[in-house]
Amino acid sequence: MPVSDLANPTRFLAWSRPLLAVLWVVAVAGLAAGLYMSFFVSPPDYQQGEMIRIMFIHVPFAWLSMACFGFMAVASLGFLVWRHPLADVAAKAATPIGAAFTFLALVTGSLWGKPTWGAYWVWDARLTSVLVLFIIYLGLIALRQAIEDPGRAARVAAILTLVGSVNVPIIKFSVDWWNTLHQGESIFRAGGPTIYATMLWPLLVMIAAMTVLFAALVVMGMRNEIYRRRVRSLEMMAAGA
Amino acid sequence: MSRTLAAIAGQTARLSLRGGALTGLVFFLAMVTIIPFGVGPDLKLLARIGPAMLWIGALLATLLGLDRLFNDDRDDGSLDLMALSSVPLELVVLAKVAGHWLATGLPLVVGAPVLGLLLGVEPAGLAMVTLTLLVGTPALTAIGAIGAALLTALGRGGPLVAVLVLPFTIPVLIFAVSTTAAYTVGAGPSLPPFLILVALTLISAVVAAFAGAAGLRAAME
Repeated sequence: MPVSDLANPTRFLAWSRPLLAVLWVVAVAGLAAGLYMSFFVSPPDYQQGEMIRIMFIHVPFAWLSMACFGFMAVASLGFLVWRHPLADVAAKAATPIGAAFTFLALVTGSLWGKPTWGAYWVWDARLTSVLVLFIIYLGLIALRQAIEDPGRAARVAAILTLVGSVNVPIIKFSVDWWNTLHQGESIFRAGGPTIYATMLWPLLVMIAAMTVLFAALVVMGMRNEIYRRRVRSLEMMAAGA
Repeated sequence: MSRTLAAIAGQTARLSLRGGALTGLVFFLAMVTIIPFGVGPDLKLLARIGPAMLWIGALLATLLGLDRLFNDDRDDGSLDLMALSSVPLELVVLAKVAGHWLATGLPLVVGAPVLGLLLGVEPAGLAMVTLTLLVGTPALTAIGAIGAALLTALGRGGPLVAVLVLPFTIPVLIFAVSTTAAYTVGAGPSLPPFLILVALTLISAVVAAFAGAAGLRAAME
């Protein structure tokens, strides 16, 4: 059986059910272990004290905000090239989840920024590019909501996602340039203290667990979307009959 | 082929001039006029933020008329004729962008020095604002054309195009204002950001050609 057969929506519904159970178990166990390590095993930072613990959830969110966009770009490319509906289902299911993770990265970042920098928000290059990424996510969601016909929405959203994946690195580079221009106003120092193994391990566990959680949420969203489309086509058939 | 493209560009320019393309210029004027009411009539401050304000005004004015760029062509059927012709749809998109820029972007470039005088921008800074607008507004129109093509595929216009397009215009704004900042506030060199601005315009044209054509193909299905 070729791998592409796994992408048949009905087969996907069948094999994703046990996969989902495994993903949830791994995600919950990983998060439990990661949070325990972050709160009780990892020492407080010598400068930031207990504040450093925000980092253990902030970094996974920030990583997933970008990883999710990469995932959506690959899915969109797959949809435009092979016209496979499951690729669009994946891109659509990932969009709101990516937006939520990006939002949480911004919120946890600014909660950490208030005691550390003295302000909830500074126009630092990294923060600003994440904010722009968040706006692009919201635009994609708005685009999906503006269209009733899923087939048409799929192509339009896929094109915009690919344009976005070309542009996001350019935006990142521009914002870095812009920030160096305003360097005097910035209070963010890029070269933080090097991370110790006692902090690195909890962080890596949290990143892995959060990525599995993301995968579980995306698979759930994909299953919902497949059922939603079936209900929609059944309704249209019923209305036509 | 180049004749067909020139005809498409000319027709787009004429139609958008007749269809109120100069509204963008009036919006630009109105936008620059309300700035002193917001920040106060201090000429020193206005001269300092002037180039940035001119650029933001031009950016918003460019987004104004975009939603109609391809919608009218779809409604009257000329989009189907363009797709059926021997000219690649990618080049048609570029011709439409050129025509639209002539009608909406070029007036902003011409108007900017006059509005800059109102804000008290120094002559050297003013020249740089005009030059960067000349180089940078085609990029704005090209990026906007992607949004316009996608919205044509959705069969609707309105403010959604601005929301979709604005984040992608940030690099153009950054490098244009960086170029002028070298003359107005003496911050940094001006040639590297200017060259990057030129590069951004060229990249935007390429991306707009392919993404816009893909959007229009989706619109015609």
